[in-house]
Amino acid sequence: MTQPALQVQSLWKVFGPKAEKLVGTPDLELSRKELLAKSGHVIGVRDVSFDVAPGEVFVVMGLSGSGKSTLVRLITRLIEPTSGTVLLDGEDITAMNDDALRDIRRKKVSMVFQHFGLLPHRKVIDNVGFGLEVRGEDKAARRSRAQEMVDLVGLSGYETNYPDQLSGGMQQRVGLARALASNPDILMFDEPFSALDPLIRRDMQNEVVRLHEEVGKTMVFITHDLAEALKLGDRILIMRDGEIVQIGTPDQVVGAPADDYVRNFVSEVPKSHVLTLKWVCRPEVPGEQVSDRTLPSGTIIREAARAVLDAQGPVRVVDDNGQTVGIVDDEDILRVVVAEEESA
Amino acid sequence: MTATATDAAAPAPDQGPGPTLEEQPIVEYKNRRIPLKLAIIAAVWVLGWLLLRGKMTLSLPYAELNGFMNWLNDVSDKVGDWQQTNFFFHTVLGNIVTFINDVVAWLQKMLSTPPGARPTPEIGWLGVTAILGWVAFAVAGWRSTILVVVTLLLFNVLDIWTDGIDLLIVTGLSVLVSVAIGLPLGIWMARRKRVSAFFTPILDIMQTMPSFAYLAPLALFFGIGPACAIVITLIYALPPVARITEHAIHGVSESTVEASRSLGVTKGQLLRRVQLPMARRTIVVGINQCTLAALAMATVTALVNGPGLGQDVIQALQALNVGDAFVAGSGIVLAAIMLDRTTTAASERAERAARRGSGSTLAPRTRQLLLLGTAVVALVLAYLSHLYLWAAQWPDKATIGSDVSSWINDATNWVVNTFDVITSFVKNVVSYGLLNPLQSLFSNVPWWLMAAVLLSVAATLGGRRALAATAICGAIILGTGLWYDSMQTLAMTIVATVLTMVVAIVLGVAMGRSGRADLVVRPVLDTFQTIPSFVYLVPALALFGASRFTAIVAGVLYAFPVATKLVADGIRGVSETTLEATRSVGTTTWQTITKVQVPMARPGLILATNQGLLYVLSIVVIGGLVGAGSLGYFVVAGFSQQNLFGKGFAAAIAITAIGVMLDRIMRYAAARQE
Repeated sequence: MTQPALQVQSLWKVFGPKAEKLVGTPDLELSRKELLAKSGHVIGVRDVSFDVAPGEVFVVMGLSGSGKSTLVRLITRLIEPTSGTVLLDGEDITAMNDDALRDIRRKKVSMVFQHFGLLPHRKVIDNVGFGLEVRGEDKAARRSRAQEMVDLVGLSGYETNYPDQLSGGMQQRVGLARALASNPDILMFDEPFSALDPLIRRDMQNEVVRLHEEVGKTMVFITHDLAEALKLGDRILIMRDGEIVQIGTPDQVVGAPADDYVRNFVSEVPKSHVLTLKWVCRPEVPGEQVSDRTLPSGTIIREAARAVLDAQGPVRVVDDNGQTVGIVDDEDILRVVVAEEESA
Repeated sequence: MTATATDAAAPAPDQGPGPTLEEQPIVEYKNRRIPLKLAIIAAVWVLGWLLLRGKMTLSLPYAELNGFMNWLNDVSDKVGDWQQTNFFFHTVLGNIVTFINDVVAWLQKMLSTPPGARPTPEIGWLGVTAILGWVAFAVAGWRSTILVVVTLLLFNVLDIWTDGIDLLIVTGLSVLVSVAIGLPLGIWMARRKRVSAFFTPILDIMQTMPSFAYLAPLALFFGIGPACAIVITLIYALPPVARITEHAIHGVSESTVEASRSLGVTKGQLLRRVQLPMARRTIVVGINQCTLAALAMATVTALVNGPGLGQDVIQALQALNVGDAFVAGSGIVLAAIMLDRTTTAASERAERAARRGSGSTLAPRTRQLLLLGTAVVALVLAYLSHLYLWAAQWPDKATIGSDVSSWINDATNWVVNTFDVITSFVKNVVSYGLLNPLQSLFSNVPWWLMAAVLLSVAATLGGRRALAATAICGAIILGTGLWYDSMQTLAMTIVATVLTMVVAIVLGVAMGRSGRADLVVRPVLDTFQTIPSFVYLVPALALFGASRFTAIVAGVLYAFPVATKLVADGIRGVSETTLEATRSVGTTTWQTITKVQVPMARPGLILATNQGLLYVLSIVVIGGLVGAGSLGYFVVAGFSQQNLFGKGFAAAIAITAIGVMLDRIMRYAAARQE
């Protein structure tokens, strides 16, 4: 197994006057409300652990106040963790001194922010090159690199504009280019598209998908929008009150919600768009007339529907090794699709 | 999150009116009791006045000194000795004083005052005008250059060149030092909470202490003259720079700072490349505030022999020469407008620079060349004015200063003679109808009764903390031995504040209700606010002669702009929804104002009164120069008569105590309202 790009191990963040002293005491087992009432401390992130594989898009999802934005800031210590460790490529970020940490931020991890955080007194090109500038690259080198990034995010022609002359979507493209400029191993996104109009948001999501295909970076993506999470994420971490509720692939989250909280969340999701055949196939009844078509178990139901309906009789569903895991027929498919129609 | 939302929402339907039912009785209770308590206090007070008038008033005849004042006189003498012998006074302070005085003297020699043999300063008016005009061009733009040139030409025409430039020298040096200290201090305060917590109250005190109060102690240490003037000006002008810098750096968008940190900036990089550029505009606003404060204070420092137009105003005021005071006062007003407009233009340029990288529409290269070229022209003109008399000496024939002075004197005499009936009537109504009874009520009762009144009023309005502050300040006033005079000054301040608030409420309500009225009145108020306090004595003196009433009029003139603005803001702050609801039940305009807008704007009104009081106090004290008597007069006398130094110093302490006391009472009263 390859080394994970990012490992987070029992990470805690407690806000309050004596947060450090609380670590390891039974008080931390109290609920948020009880702890606040007892000692005035607020738990931001509670005992969170996960790994992110290289090249993976890992989405952290939760409502506001769930601790997801705190979590992403703990990873690069924009907020200091109370306890726990963060390993980046095997290096312990939590143990680093300021200089080493600064170096990590300059070279290995970049972040895109909800409110862009651009410098209003600098042109687009100088905003994109700011990270290179602070790490001391000379002007010619950073100009050419910045120009590359501007072209990559589709802002060619706007290099000499100032941020307040651009629309929100374009400003976020600048933020994206700035994050990419330092050629980091990991990109972090903190609700980058929440401040944008729905149509622009869709464009930007596609942009991220495209960039991920082109540059193949590891991404940690924070959002409160389930549709966005399902669209972008290889895996999704759902948070509530600072705790992990569930970690899984989109179809796991939708097909097997960990609890009512998640179930409630995913109830509106069109299942045929997310679930794969694996989730609807059933064992073969002996003597059943099965067509000779087979479909991989990872096929999304919506995409398999046409083939199953066209086939004569049930279709065999096979896993990656060609082993049959079950069969699906027209009814299995229609049950999912029609149920959605009715609930909608 | 969902859980909290439901928790909050669920009980709402059945407990809907709950919170209001719980809170209302408490609010009602407080508000109902305050007027009643005040009425009881007033009744006891008046009764005491009727029965015990003139007893135990602690009045101290003019020339008489108490032990504390004698002790202060001794200290003053000792400091005089130390200046010869003591290392700190002789070497440390002595060198600082000498250094500042030398710098000022050198600048005077260069710009304003002919040194010994030469008939003109090293650089004549043409050169000075060219150089200052160029500076205005460089920092603010060509419009400011025109303003500067016109102002300086008017200095010549009014024949106030030397004192006008001296005033600018004192102001300019003070601003330079203020920025040199205040800017780093502000940055430091923005970065370290503890530093901020330590310096904020100090800056508060520096800014709110009535300026008159620290003239004497500083004169003691720095001797009278330019050095003392600059130190005093500094104390008053530095706080705005430090505070606004701190505020500006805090104001830089949090997400930008965080984004920069995520890119791995060092603290230095964050400051230089992110925070300072983004805070630049606000910082320049701070420098604008600093400049105006410096000018106002530089004028007042004429009392400790600071050079500049303030001297002319004081001499004219003391000689009751309205014409001369008018000419010098106009010079100060011109300087104020010039500095205000130029620094405002500079902040607007900084704003453009913050948004566009450069403040100019020109390409950076062209602009550099233009600045260089104009600099050469200015230097050539300066050199010409060094060599040739025609460029250095303004022709006498082209001055109208003394003419203006006599016209004004004539006009004043005519006005006073013609409208004497009216002015005397107004003056007498206020003096006999309001001021005399009130002063008698304040100062002609036994001191312990008055103290009890003050304490109980403070407790009623502002609660325990106000009570404590009043007790301390009252004890200090008592300790200075100037209780009687302090109470007279307090009465005068209150009368002037009441008049100020009447004007401020009328104007402020009009402004708050009508955007058009605001548009017309606000610029006038802005201009009024840029004029140094001192100058307001001139028109008041012209109309009402030397009297207590003159000081009151000047105080109202000085205080009403700030109070009016705060009232207007308060009125405008009343929510549109409430007003709509009020209109929907069919109220008249008058009912809307008296029953909704004014009561709801109460925090704004209290703030306005607080500011009004402090402004009024500072002028009422300066009114000592034009016959207002009491504490201010002792302060002035303390500078001119050696044996009254102690009394003047004591008066300064009493003034500060009054100021702090009023400020605290109002502040805690306001805090209680919220």
